[in-house]
Amino acid sequence: MGGLPADIWQPIRLTIELAAITTVLLLILGTPLAWWLARSRAWWKESVATVVALPLVLPPTVLGFYLLVALGPNGPGGWLAGLWGGRTLAFSFEGLVIGSVFYSMPFVVQPIRNAFEAIGDRPMEVAATLRASPMRAFWTVAVPLARPGFLTAAVVGFTHTVGEFGVVLMIGGNIPGQTKVLSVAIFDYVETSQWREANILAAGMVVFSFVVILAMTLIQKRAGRAGG
Amino acid sequence: MKPTTMLAAAIGLFAGLAISAQAIAGQTNIAVAANFTDAAKEIAAAFKAKTGHDALLSFGATGALYTQITQEAPFEILLSADAEHPKKATDKGLGVTDSLFTYAIGKLVLWSKNPDLVKGDETLKGGGFTKLSIANPALAPYGAAAVETLKALKLDEAMQPKIVQGNSIAQTLQFIDTGNAELGFIALSQLTGKSEGSRWVVPQTLHKPIRQDAVLLKKGASNEAAASFMTFLKGAEARAIIGKYGYAIDSQS
Repeated sequence: MGGLPADIWQPIRLTIELAAITTVLLLILGTPLAWWLARSRAWWKESVATVVALPLVLPPTVLGFYLLVALGPNGPGGWLAGLWGGRTLAFSFEGLVIGSVFYSMPFVVQPIRNAFEAIGDRPMEVAATLRASPMRAFWTVAVPLARPGFLTAAVVGFTHTVGEFGVVLMIGGNIPGQTKVLSVAIFDYVETSQWREANILAAGMVVFSFVVILAMTLIQKRAGRAGG
Repeated sequence: MKPTTMLAAAIGLFAGLAISAQAIAGQTNIAVAANFTDAAKEIAAAFKAKTGHDALLSFGATGALYTQITQEAPFEILLSADAEHPKKATDKGLGVTDSLFTYAIGKLVLWSKNPDLVKGDETLKGGGFTKLSIANPALAPYGAAAVETLKALKLDEAMQPKIVQGNSIAQTLQFIDTGNAELGFIALSQLTGKSEGSRWVVPQTLHKPIRQDAVLLKKGASNEAAASFMTFLKGAEARAIIGKYGYAIDSQS
């Protein structure tokens, strides 16, 4: 790739790492949560769902502000960092992962919940009559049936984390290789009038987003047909 | 009077008031470097009291504001944190050349909330901290001055792993204020009215003077409120406010 500035790759690599780790964590945390939201009859479950959905409407500055305080030495983040001798989780890759998990949570939980709800009670009841344990029924019946939901969740969770800006800007501290992700790098290039570099990254993001959304739509269509 | 007539009369009255108010008081949009936030607010209030004009202030890092100005942002005056960006604006035909002047000379300060941490440059040399907050040197002149200071002290390489960057001098202070960074380089003006913590005002010999220039932009060239603000900024009243916020004032301009 002739003419590309060398420091352009670092934010790209970092962003992919951040998005990948966040997505895996979200699938691990989000699946049981989505299952509970889909199956529970607790009267307060919609309140939980609402809390999960909050990042959809809140400005990133709200999340950024609370995270900055919570990750700091006077919050739980500082306590956690103290376990390995640090003072704060802000300005670290780990801090960004925590922020991203909150920020992208609704994009992962909601599609999985919808998929679980679409299955309905019947297949699980059938599995139970066949003496499958609830755990076994979950893995062999519910998860395979909800596969399109998982796919959507993973793809949207990943891309949404890639596209995150406000939160990262507020808690990241712009450290190359640790917290200077793509969106922040683009911002820096624009603000310092390095528009050629900004253009390369920004155009890359447009193409990437287009491909992902198109691919997802096509896959969903096919899955929809396959599911009848 | 019938309700409709009353309504019409009321609307007429309000419209009349609005028009007459507009004839007397104008307004002007001003882009203000983040370090000058508090001083600018006080100056705008004094300006309003004296002239009746409204000064609408937008705050940000100088580099960021400048980029917006090149893209036709509706700013009529730029109160920069450096001399470079206003000059660039006039060179590019975005500013009125003979309107340039230095309204303040900034002072850089190393500050910590911890009352025992900052003792002077030996605090930096001692390195008893994990994070040093500075403003992004590419965007904010106080960040550039901080980097120059570290270079002058031959500490730039040693400090590199500890540096975190705020997007503007305001965010730099926020990192220290929330305790996420133990200390950092900010503008002395940001500590106005704050006696807590410990500080070291960086000697002006360690970095290039932070000359903060103002420029009337082409968009404001024909706005009387903008011209009037520029005059007000040079006056004794504004200078007293600027001095109060910890800036030096250029004797030449």
